[in-house]
Amino acid sequence: MSNRAITPELIAKHGLSPEEYDKVLSILGREPSFEELGVFSVMWSEHCSYKNSRPELRKFPTTGPSVLVKAGEENAGVIDIGDGWAVAFKIESHNHPSAVEPFQGAATGVGGIIRDIFTMGARPVFLMDSLRFGPIEGDGEQAKTNRRLFAGVVAGIAHYGNCIGLPTIAGEVYFDESYSGNPLVNAFCLGILRHEQIARGAAEGVGNPVFYVGAETGRDGLAGAAFASRELTEESKADRPAVQVGDPFREKLLLEACLELLATDCVAGIQDMGAAGLTCSTCETASRGGTGVEIDVQLVPQRAKGQTPYEVLLSESQERMLVIVKKGQEATVKQIFEKWNLPYAEIGKVTDDGMMRVRNGNEIVVNVPARALADDCPLYSREAASFTPPAQLDLATVPQIDPETALPKLLSHPSIASKRWVWRQYDHMVRTGTAVLPGSDAAVFIVREANKILAAATDCNAIYCKLDPGVGARIAVAECARNLACSGAVPIGVTDNLNFGNPHKPENFYQLRAAVEGISEGCRAFGVPVTGGNVSLYNESPAGAIDPTPTISMVGTIADAAHITTQYFKQAGDQIFLIGETGSELGGSHYLLALHGRKEGAPPTMDFAQEKAIHAALLSVIRKGLVQSAHDCSEGGLAVTIAESCFFNSLAASIDLGSTNQRPDVLLFNETQGRIVISVKSSNVSTLEAELSKSGVPFRKMGEVTAKADLLIKTGANAYRWRIADLNEIFEGAIPSLMGG
Amino acid sequence: MVQVTTGSSFMKVAIIQFPGSNCDTDCQAALASLPGIQAEIVWHKETSLAGYAAVVLPGGFSYGDYLRCGSIARFSPIMRAVRAVAESGVLVLGICNGFQILCEAGLLPGTLMRNNGLLFRCEHLHLRVENNDSPFTSVLHQGQVLDIPIAHGEGNYFADAETLKQLNMNNQILVRYCDASGNVSPEANPNGSLENIAGICSHGRNVFGLMPHPERVCDPLLGGTDGRSIFQSMIEAVAKLNVKS
Repeated sequence: MSNRAITPELIAKHGLSPEEYDKVLSILGREPSFEELGVFSVMWSEHCSYKNSRPELRKFPTTGPSVLVKAGEENAGVIDIGDGWAVAFKIESHNHPSAVEPFQGAATGVGGIIRDIFTMGARPVFLMDSLRFGPIEGDGEQAKTNRRLFAGVVAGIAHYGNCIGLPTIAGEVYFDESYSGNPLVNAFCLGILRHEQIARGAAEGVGNPVFYVGAETGRDGLAGAAFASRELTEESKADRPAVQVGDPFREKLLLEACLELLATDCVAGIQDMGAAGLTCSTCETASRGGTGVEIDVQLVPQRAKGQTPYEVLLSESQERMLVIVKKGQEATVKQIFEKWNLPYAEIGKVTDDGMMRVRNGNEIVVNVPARALADDCPLYSREAASFTPPAQLDLATVPQIDPETALPKLLSHPSIASKRWVWRQYDHMVRTGTAVLPGSDAAVFIVREANKILAAATDCNAIYCKLDPGVGARIAVAECARNLACSGAVPIGVTDNLNFGNPHKPENFYQLRAAVEGISEGCRAFGVPVTGGNVSLYNESPAGAIDPTPTISMVGTIADAAHITTQYFKQAGDQIFLIGETGSELGGSHYLLALHGRKEGAPPTMDFAQEKAIHAALLSVIRKGLVQSAHDCSEGGLAVTIAESCFFNSLAASIDLGSTNQRPDVLLFNETQGRIVISVKSSNVSTLEAELSKSGVPFRKMGEVTAKADLLIKTGANAYRWRIADLNEIFEGAIPSLMGG
Repeated sequence: MVQVTTGSSFMKVAIIQFPGSNCDTDCQAALASLPGIQAEIVWHKETSLAGYAAVVLPGGFSYGDYLRCGSIARFSPIMRAVRAVAESGVLVLGICNGFQILCEAGLLPGTLMRNNGLLFRCEHLHLRVENNDSPFTSVLHQGQVLDIPIAHGEGNYFADAETLKQLNMNNQILVRYCDASGNVSPEANPNGSLENIAGICSHGRNVFGLMPHPERVCDPLLGGTDGRSIFQSMIEAVAKLNVKS
């Protein structure tokens, strides 16, 4: 073994606490080698071990009759969708790499999540992204940096997804001061497979050869998992070598080769090399298989000469897989890798002694019990600060702004404005299944080979989460489910990306705990399991922690193509209804943020029983063919929702909200949850009213779709009017004008 | 189920799969949705295209678009066979990356440069049919406006003045980018292509390359069926040949 001295400084530099180092000593019964120290360092980082979050994550509901592979068992969860078909899906963050190198950071985030999916034996079919940046308006240095990060991240996602041929069909982008210096890049991938095709990441069959396939190992991404588990500082730029470089073409070949390989009967186990690379894939496969794995780093295909065993073990070079091949089938495997021009090598074998053993030729550099390394990281229950729910916003302190002024301002706020500039850079139509293009509440994708219709949405309002993390997380789940309902879908599963600050700070740890509990409650309410996800802590820049951002991605199924619904009004003369009731709160609203510069008050409340009843009622009328369009009210409230429904087909609306003692700004821009704006053919109005009355949910007729030039909204004696073409131009033009076209 | 065939036989179409092709199965599904077609994926290391009535070079990023789009794919073993069948009059259709490969291979004139806006663009837009005297546009009428999406970063068509003159003189420009009313204007040009050129055919008219993706609009559930007309034209052209022979 390497004889480099293990000093307290070296241990600290590897991010291991004295307590963790003591545990290493007791597992090994001796001092670790330099390589072993590196191996423990990455495996016991938060990114790989979830040591600070695992006790919390256990609160998630993860089971259900449709769950074929549970959260945490494998690289991604798998859910039954009927007729012998299943979906594998997951979301994962690449926040830190994207902060220092946005293009490659985001690109490799996409590459990593795609590998997680095809490792399961699933053919990836679509992508989504949830992105957060600091404000992009203005000429300040910070705004310029934020624009550079935004442009780089979008280009990186486009580069990888477009080249590999997967459509990016939905997502969300928000801009807020708290993400300046610490953008969030969460990438989601969904794949489809037959039940019998589920592949496992276990090293099974003592004596089976272990193959390495894919890109050669280089020095890129050295110990990236450990890097991701630190706060970002001024010096983080020096970590640029910790950011990997992606090659989507290689990944396309690897994807096709692996799926071709998995269709044979040659594979005993398969695992991608993501975070912690070769180290993680060998010890995790051994741990899952209850076996040991022995490899020789000298046999690993390498990009550069003179790499040390330490570097080879900790490299996070992309587009690599570890395949445990059934003995005797090597020739078939080699033939497939050669067809796809992929570097490969037999680098070791499965053993029966439970050890992860790494040789450098004749020298043993790592000899660690695989299970202890993979599973015995000390877990921490951090201290959570006590929390006082925020007081309701005092409306008297909020000056009224004329809605005719406020609506265009809200529509031009980058978080609300059209994201066409973003998704036009993504190929969102390849694989010819995108039935609802980006921009509507949820994306809808027809999976041709399985004859199934899937819907997917991703949501998180981090303002609500900042003000009250538990409520914010509940709303994130409910909004996803509402988006699915608006598209005609029933939810089947959730994957979450928990983006928080340093968990050692009690305030941050409270946010994490409350969010997990809120998500759990939401998932139980809608009867959907959490199938896996990702935790990204230490999202802090010198200015402080990000707003807590527990991103929710929800997948649903649509029974019949006739049920596919979009948010856009379809024809003049259709009648407009609101399902749900409008309250009087303004706390946490985008109106308060964008027009008054205030992020305060109590966020809207979430009543799951009411919410579920509304989704059920909506789905029932959609299935009866009564609904022309359905759009949920979220950021910007009712007025923004109505305007957005007008845009796509160049229609307008005439709305009368009746007499009320509400302030007009509250009525038009508050963000009460559980509200959906639908449009209905005139001839179906009475049937619709009868159906909705039967279901017992509150609803009211608000007006009608028109072909006029103006959007008109009346409240009592007041009437507000906007030229719809102007609003559309503001909505579409906001981001392009900031980003230079 | 009654198998509908055109002419005297079932039309067999080869879809070439290069490493990095990613619209291969999309093309296969679109073609298979039309009656009378049997669409097969052919690996780029194959050397013969015997028995195929038409060949499609699908979109994607062959060889990762490294060096230059299509510049490596043109050296794939199958390209010798593509050139041979093209010279014998077999229909060859190149879509997006397939168009780029045909230009690199010299089967079509000109080249495709980076979009003038420098960004990848994926969106529905309109094409005006400039000429219907081709095996790819015969079921359309001149001036007809099609809604077919694009998805590319390098679709900015360029050719020297002499080539451009020849293309116009020989009616080789089959489709141009236009607005919804059919106006070929600078505003309707998504990528800076010369004269809004979206697709051209060879002098012999049997090789056609275009940047837009007709295979993406062959199903009403996916936003339209205007793409079918290109494949339909090919079926009719092959049927006529079969009747003659």
